[in-house]
Amino acid sequence: MIIGVPSETHPGENRVALTPETAGRIRSLGHTLLVESGAGQASDISDEAYREAEVEVASDARAVYERADMIMKVRAPSDSEVAQLRSGQILVSFIWPGQNEGLMSSLAERGVTAIAMDSVPRISRAQKLDALSSMANIGGYRAVVEAANQFGRFFTGQVTAAGKVPPAKVLVIGAGVAGLAAIGAARGMGAIVRAFDTRPEVAEQVSSMGGEFLMLEFDDADGAGEGGYAKTMSDEFIAAEMALFREQAKEVDIVITTALIPGRPAPELWTTDMVESMKPGSVIVDLAAEQGGNCKLTRANEVVEHSGVKIIGYTDLPSRMAAQSSQLYGTNLRHLLTDLTPEKDGVVNVNMEDEVIRGATVIKEGEITWPPPPPRLSAAPAKPAAAPVMPDLAKAAEEARPSNPWVAMIVCGIALLAIGSVAPPDFMSHFTVFALACFVGYQVVWAVTPALHTPLMSVTNAISGIIVVGALLQISASSGFVVFLAAIATLIASINIVGGFMVTQRMLKMFRR
Amino acid sequence: MNSGMVTAAYIAAAILFILSLAGLSKQETARRGNVFGISGMALAIVATVLGPGVTSYGILLVMMGIGGAIGAVFAKRVEMTQMPELVAILHSFVGLAAVLVGFASYLDPDTVYLGTERTIHDVEIYLGILIGALTFTGSVVAFGKLSGKLGSKPLILPNRHLLNVGIGVGCLIMLFLFIGAAPDGEIAAQQAAYAAGDTGKGLGTFLLVVMTLLAFAFGVHMVMAIGGADMPVVISMLNSYSGWAAAATGFMLSNDLLIVVGALVGSSGAILSYIMCRAMNRKFLSVIMGGWGDAAPSSAGAADDSDEPQGEAVPISADDVAELCRDADSVVIVPGYGMAVAHAQHPVSELVQKLKADGKNIRFAIHPVAGRMPGHMNVLLAEANVPYDLVLEMDEINEELGDTDVVIVIGANDIVNPSAMENPDSPIAGMPVLEVWNAKTVIVSKRSMATGYAGVDNPLFIRENTRMLFGDAKDSVQAVLQAL
Repeated sequence: MIIGVPSETHPGENRVALTPETAGRIRSLGHTLLVESGAGQASDISDEAYREAEVEVASDARAVYERADMIMKVRAPSDSEVAQLRSGQILVSFIWPGQNEGLMSSLAERGVTAIAMDSVPRISRAQKLDALSSMANIGGYRAVVEAANQFGRFFTGQVTAAGKVPPAKVLVIGAGVAGLAAIGAARGMGAIVRAFDTRPEVAEQVSSMGGEFLMLEFDDADGAGEGGYAKTMSDEFIAAEMALFREQAKEVDIVITTALIPGRPAPELWTTDMVESMKPGSVIVDLAAEQGGNCKLTRANEVVEHSGVKIIGYTDLPSRMAAQSSQLYGTNLRHLLTDLTPEKDGVVNVNMEDEVIRGATVIKEGEITWPPPPPRLSAAPAKPAAAPVMPDLAKAAEEARPSNPWVAMIVCGIALLAIGSVAPPDFMSHFTVFALACFVGYQVVWAVTPALHTPLMSVTNAISGIIVVGALLQISASSGFVVFLAAIATLIASINIVGGFMVTQRMLKMFRR
Repeated sequence: MNSGMVTAAYIAAAILFILSLAGLSKQETARRGNVFGISGMALAIVATVLGPGVTSYGILLVMMGIGGAIGAVFAKRVEMTQMPELVAILHSFVGLAAVLVGFASYLDPDTVYLGTERTIHDVEIYLGILIGALTFTGSVVAFGKLSGKLGSKPLILPNRHLLNVGIGVGCLIMLFLFIGAAPDGEIAAQQAAYAAGDTGKGLGTFLLVVMTLLAFAFGVHMVMAIGGADMPVVISMLNSYSGWAAAATGFMLSNDLLIVVGALVGSSGAILSYIMCRAMNRKFLSVIMGGWGDAAPSSAGAADDSDEPQGEAVPISADDVAELCRDADSVVIVPGYGMAVAHAQHPVSELVQKLKADGKNIRFAIHPVAGRMPGHMNVLLAEANVPYDLVLEMDEINEELGDTDVVIVIGANDIVNPSAMENPDSPIAGMPVLEVWNAKTVIVSKRSMATGYAGVDNPLFIRENTRMLFGDAKDSVQAVLQAL
């Protein structure tokens, strides 16, 4: 199948859906690649680099649209791009079917199959083609970079000859992929990072990135919705949350908000009075700017200033790191193509039985197939209901253990007395040896390191060949049959002795530091 | 040599044997320990041969020569993956030797015991042969199972517990008949009976033979009913039995050296069995009573319908594994029986050397019951030149797994099963396991999604941080090596 990659036409969009790196992998699936000249320019990829990866470079977009069976893009197609699509073609790009009904119906009219990278189901298997996560990751990182750019001070604390500089305090709201990336980046620059999320279970992830998770003292504090996204919370919860934010607003220098609820406008979390209570020179980065912003004052694609606080509303953060974004997005597409081309023969099979492909395919041959049926499997592990039960198990085991060693000892003592009362003294002296040897063996063997248990077994094998001594004593008996038995016993016991010791030696020689 | 000197030599030999086992406590002293063992054995044999009562040097030397040669060939040829088989067959030899020595001792016309001594001697012979016989056949079956000549599935006969009890009771009844077979009455009357040729040994021999056959059958039946992954317990147990057989032989021959060695070996095997059982959180008796095979399905079925975590295993390619290893700072490898089966220890060792050369913190985590005998994995890794200070026990490394970037599980299943800790209904609940799921990424090299020995589904495979590297362990590891 011929896969075409046109330049992005959206103003300011620097990304591209194909890199020379992913091109090689896609070609090995049996596909032919076609890229519009200059498509990679903004991502620092020259036409020459594409040619070296054996990608054909077409002079203009029209040629790409005409020849390709599948179009790979980053942004959702514009009206003029939709007009160039033809029936039967496959389009892969971000589409946002929930927000773009007009686009969906015009795409359906064209009779294309549309695969939306934003609709890939969030299950474990689909992680490698989850473009939202990879873009969010970049967005989170870049948010910190933009904040640092607008922030007039160091992030890291320093003690210099000219005086002490306190570290910047960063508050990250929403610990999704973008939030976590922002925590990591801000930590990396030396700031003190706090994070808040309605889902308490992400606290561990926050602390693993070096952030401090702000806990809300609240009963019904579980905000995890379907597919790992946050859901809308109750009024009391929001009130408690706002109180927490008001307190933080006086302290922090940088606020990065990433709170999004799928298919709805972004919730307002950072109110105007919070902005006004922040120190002058503070910076807010609103990653939800495209969906209306977590702060009312945010204006999409602009930096506004309100009472000395800069509010950044860029919506093109991934595009601002085009080389990185293109590489990750290209890899996501490459994984998608691997799933779409199971036979590696260059034939694309939009298999609606496959859960991942089903979820991502929003239009199948002109028919709208969005939204998909709810996911059958959940990636979230079952709640560890076992935890409280475990101590009981341990307790049961405790009780099951023979509780009183004295009882056992007394029983043994009585048994010994019973034997001693009837057995001849000769037997008792042997028995003394036996009992003591058992104890010596017990002490000695517990000291053996588990790594040497196999040599221990082979050595005990060898020394239990000592039974040969018994056979040797009998081999000179007067009865022919007894001699015969003893001879065989000698033979096999000797196998044991020599075999056991030699193999032990062989093994022990191999153990080295 | 008079008998006093022989006894002195035996004392020295016994001490050497104890030192030999003590030497195994550390790798540094292990080889010296083995040399102690060899010296002790040499001393004991020389003292016995030169001592009073041994005259047939010709046949003795021939037999020892042949036996020694066979043993040497075994020891040279055996592959380290076959160690469990070798150990099993050597156990069987001890058992058989105990049976033969027991019979020889009973039939030896040169020694005469009377009264209580006779009774005690008879009991000792009876027990010695009994233990020896079941050790013999039990070990032979274990050998067959380990070498693949017999299927490793537990063979469950109907009414097997009844059968076992029947055999036990039969043996006990015959013990009393056997003791009763000796002429009774006063010592003088017994002496007279002996003089007249009535030793009662005709009936006694018959009873002994029947009992031996019963014990043979018991040994076969006992080990047949035990499945493959319980083999570490079985081998340790047979090791223990072979010791007790030697000890019983020592009692019957009034030989303290045999008693000491038997007791050492017996307690060693018993401790190993205990360690193995603890590592599987199983009762020794329930292992001996048969595999998980019969108990598991009911409880596993009950667990299925509840909140069994569902999901899908994510496969990974060898290239991506190499990538992960390259990016990781710390790597832990968890080997299991699958590594032994695939003979993958050499490529694994190469992988380790390569990663170590790149400055990675790479280690092995060994579960006590990994493999088919205690310490099996350690020997395999040692064979492949893995330095032993990289090889850690479960308790040493479990806490650190949380800080590990990549854990590679090679051919192991039940020993890394999280349901042992999280699902109290699981048949393996409470078994100590390696908590590999705490690591950042877990790669499981496995042939298929099949369950392990315990027949329990492993939720590890569908965890979010788990990737499955399907295929033969050796091929997979080699592919990763290539990619590196």
